[in-house]
Amino acid sequence: MTYESHADLGGRLGFGSVVPEPEGELFHARWEPMVLALTLAMGATRSWNIDMSRSARETLPEYLQMSYYQIWLAALEKLMAERGQVLPDEVDAGRMLHPPVPLARVLAAADVPAALAQGSPTLRPEVAAPQFSVGQRVRTQARPVPHHTRLPGYARGRCGVIERLHGCHVFADPHAQGLGENPEHLYTVVFSGEELWGADAAAGTRVSVDA
Amino acid sequence: MGLRLCDYSAMHDHDHDHHEDHSELDDTELRVRALQTVLTQKGYIDPAALDLLIDTYQTRIGPRNGARVVARAWSDTAFFDWLVSDATAAISSMGYTGRQGEHMVAVPNTDQVHNMVVCTLCSCYPWPVLGLPPVWYKSAPYRSRVVRDPRGVLADFGVSLPPGKDIRLWDSTAEVRYLVIPQRPAGTGHMDQEQLAGLVTRDSMIGTGLARLPAAAP
Repeated sequence: MTYESHADLGGRLGFGSVVPEPEGELFHARWEPMVLALTLAMGATRSWNIDMSRSARETLPEYLQMSYYQIWLAALEKLMAERGQVLPDEVDAGRMLHPPVPLARVLAAADVPAALAQGSPTLRPEVAAPQFSVGQRVRTQARPVPHHTRLPGYARGRCGVIERLHGCHVFADPHAQGLGENPEHLYTVVFSGEELWGADAAAGTRVSVDA
Repeated sequence: MGLRLCDYSAMHDHDHDHHEDHSELDDTELRVRALQTVLTQKGYIDPAALDLLIDTYQTRIGPRNGARVVARAWSDTAFFDWLVSDATAAISSMGYTGRQGEHMVAVPNTDQVHNMVVCTLCSCYPWPVLGLPPVWYKSAPYRSRVVRDPRGVLADFGVSLPPGKDIRLWDSTAEVRYLVIPQRPAGTGHMDQEQLAGLVTRDSMIGTGLARLPAAAP
């Protein structure tokens, strides 16, 4: 099966101008806060990890037609359906039709502040010395991969300079596939505008990714 | 799903008649309520936890946190140095920690460089200091264009930088989250940290804006 992300938008043309909004505007429909809360609460059950949820979102066929909280809602339904936790007929019916499946954890109100304050750090003990050092020129992998990845298309097969080392972090590619954390060194790699966009590049622009 | 709500083009069409969306909005609202009911019946969620999660991001965690960090950095050289060298520790010392801010990097704007933050792949954003991201930050126009045409995007925000100034984009493609330290406006030498924080806008900490001038502060 081919893997297609609809979320890799960097550098694509034709989406129009950006519409700013005031600082206090958090939600744009009454149901949005509940989608936020359900997504966070179900994420806290440890039924999936953040890379699995990103993968579930970016592969939604109608990704570009949906608002962001709609994307979260559709991905949440997908993740739960895949695990037999909630089936689509139950959402259609608006009530439980199948028995619950056991969860590793349910997020109690009393545990919310601690859970949010702790988050999910991805830094792991160093498994090996870093392969690259600051100032070194590197080329990113050119080949597209048939699974979730965090190297954007626009930065694929490009030459950049290592700018920062962040230590060993959970590697999203295997993590999203349920293959383990496989921590690897994480680097900030900075590219010149010319390297990424050629003659289109605005002078004096540089772009970095964390890879 | 069979649901269609406001797509990006509709959301950005100022002439769009929002009344047309109401029935479909209600469809989504009904679906969310249905989901909430099923999850509660199955014992997967604690309804009180949902209320607390919503309240946290509506009232407690937002860009005023980041503004306090920036105002302190403007006022305290030692804190500025700490923030730039170890943002996770410096920000955590002010009580802002956790989800979507586990690993922080703060990048100061200077006379030479203006920093801007994006997540071209999804919506990664430093929640403990800025709260929930605005719609535009998560939307296709910003994510697609800012890495290629940052000055064009700044123009959408009414911001124009001097022609010679370099622009540096930070694409949040891993679990590191970025906070821009805007430049301190001139004529603010007499202001205390609370007054200074009032000049620090959310957009100035993403890089799509600048700090307010004192006269323009609320």
